[in-house]
Amino acid sequence: MVWWSILLWALLKLVIAFLFIFITALILIWMLRKIMGHMQYRRGPRHHGPHGIWQTVFDTIKLLGKEDIIPSGVDRWTFIWAPMIIFVPSLMAFVFLPFAEKIVATNIEISLFFVLAIMGLSIIALLMAGWGSNNKYALLGGVRSAAQMMSYEIPMLISAMGVVMMSGSMNLSEIVRAQQHIWYIVPQLVGFFIFGCASLAEINSTPFDIPEAESEIVSGFNVEYSGFRFAAFFLAEFVNLFIVCALAALLFLGGWLPFTNPVYGTIFFLVKTYVLIFIVMWIKSTFPRFRIDQFMNFGWKVLLPLSLANLFVTGVIVLMVDKFRGV
Amino acid sequence: MYDEAEILLDDLPKDYMEVNFGPHHPSTHGVFRFIAKIDGERIIDIDPVIGYLHRGIEKIAENRTYVQFKPLVDRLDYTGGLNNELCYCLAVEKLMDIEAPPRAQAIRVICAELNRIAAHLIFFGAMGLETGAFTPLLFGFLDRETILNIFEIMAGGRLTFNYITIGGVREDIRSTVKTYFDKFNKEFPVKLKRYEELITGNEIFIKRLKNVGILKKEDLFNWGASGPTLRGSGVKFDIRKVEPYSGYEKYDFDIPVGTNGDVYDRYLVRMEEIKQSMRIVAQALDNLPSGDFTVKVPRIIKPPEGEVYVRNEGTKGEIGFYIVSKGDKNPYRLKIRTPSFSHINMLNFAASGNYIADAIVILGSFDTVMGSCDR
Repeated sequence: MVWWSILLWALLKLVIAFLFIFITALILIWMLRKIMGHMQYRRGPRHHGPHGIWQTVFDTIKLLGKEDIIPSGVDRWTFIWAPMIIFVPSLMAFVFLPFAEKIVATNIEISLFFVLAIMGLSIIALLMAGWGSNNKYALLGGVRSAAQMMSYEIPMLISAMGVVMMSGSMNLSEIVRAQQHIWYIVPQLVGFFIFGCASLAEINSTPFDIPEAESEIVSGFNVEYSGFRFAAFFLAEFVNLFIVCALAALLFLGGWLPFTNPVYGTIFFLVKTYVLIFIVMWIKSTFPRFRIDQFMNFGWKVLLPLSLANLFVTGVIVLMVDKFRGV
Repeated sequence: MYDEAEILLDDLPKDYMEVNFGPHHPSTHGVFRFIAKIDGERIIDIDPVIGYLHRGIEKIAENRTYVQFKPLVDRLDYTGGLNNELCYCLAVEKLMDIEAPPRAQAIRVICAELNRIAAHLIFFGAMGLETGAFTPLLFGFLDRETILNIFEIMAGGRLTFNYITIGGVREDIRSTVKTYFDKFNKEFPVKLKRYEELITGNEIFIKRLKNVGILKKEDLFNWGASGPTLRGSGVKFDIRKVEPYSGYEKYDFDIPVGTNGDVYDRYLVRMEEIKQSMRIVAQALDNLPSGDFTVKVPRIIKPPEGEVYVRNEGTKGEIGFYIVSKGDKNPYRLKIRTPSFSHINMLNFAASGNYIADAIVILGSFDTVMGSCDR
């Protein structure tokens, strides 16, 4: 291939990925509003389209059309770049997610490692937003989210390592194929629990939404943002929600299995992901929030030892099975 | 000028941050503002700033007749308007030496208790919101809506009523009130149980509230606390029992008290009070005395010279009206004692040293209303 066709191909992939995550985020916001509404004896959006499905589209258009306010006294460059940077990890992580057999934008050998590493980068944007806003609430929110991600990244990675040990690969497609006989949620139930908790913390969702605690620090790092910059933060939150749920579906729920057909596979994978998303939204509308110290204790004193123990036990069992089989 | 500022800066410890909360903050319950000095996540000192809702109600009273002033009383603690009205009317009646007929008294009790339930439902929702759960707020407001509908039938108003008058009530209770209340009484306990399953027993919720903001009895006495805040620390003091007014001695109800004095106890006390209030209303509606709903009072009320202090159990604590009359048609001086004012003063004492999140929860557990604090 000549260089421009490679570039064009990469650009096309990026555009498709961007469109997909944009639409997904819109659907997820609508879904959250509907689910929360029905759980609270309300109906949620009703007016635009059947069951208000155009509501979030119009909301986004409204946000994009708003005046761009940059408060005086902010650190201009960090303030402007933070909402753009927050999209980068989400977009990049997205490119490596396999949707079905052979339906994956970029297939590399260590895609799981890469996705997890990239997702850790979103903290930079949050810190930038918190620091650049020149607002004490935002600063508190940024620092809180830094502490949160730091302490929950580790159990998340370690719990994912259990899956890697069992499947013997870091490629997401390979991990799914290795689950042909049994989904990893069964042998790795503890790992799934840890991964779930850590992912909730990763995406700042209830009960770990401490960085944006509305009742304490109003809404944390994004308090000074409005218009399309706020929309970027808002959409990124939901994209991340999709990504962690998709990851959990791939790692523990067997991705597109039992279908190998690309169409059915994709549908089944999306169904699994959306079931997980529904659970997250269910938690979101019923759970209170941890306090920061309780939350740190939970991360370092419960999840981390648990994940290490899980890793150890998994390793021992995998070794014994291999010995038994005579590999 | 410059030198002065420098000296002030030198006096302060270096490693803290001053954060302003309010007056427009989602969890300061109206327009309350406090300046918190924080060291990391911990609060060193809280400086409450009140007065954003000051309307000079006490001064207005001096320029209005007793009847003209009454609508303003609703606007003190706007979550429990009828309790305020009841207290004011009792005070004026005591000054004039008249007493409302038994039927009026029973109707007043119904009003006051229903309003207490409505106020506590707001507390229930706000408490959920303060710990980060959004759903209880809507559940609380949904049931409050039913009560407000009953008020609409009874008094015509939903938030500010002007229903209790000096000498009785404005109009007789309608028969539909009982039907509506019976329906509510049937459905509400089931719902309340579900709400409690949702939030009261929630592990995180308990973790957030238990052993937070513990207040001892002696401290509470010193700060002039009253109502559920006081009872949460185990003091069995309820003006409805201690100095029964408006015929409260006729009803059978318990006073829930806490043991530990923490935020969770104050929460539980209020939740239990909802159930007790339901009992009182049911009893009052069942044994509604017949007779007049008001006594004849002169068109222009001119109480004899004298002064009077009357208190009752409001939704947040002790409401008191101190009225000095010089025999005029206006009160010479009117002083209102409200629980929110005492409780907000207590905030620094109760919350400093805790986490920011705790301070919010502690403020929420006092259930203050700025309308009644600032007056």
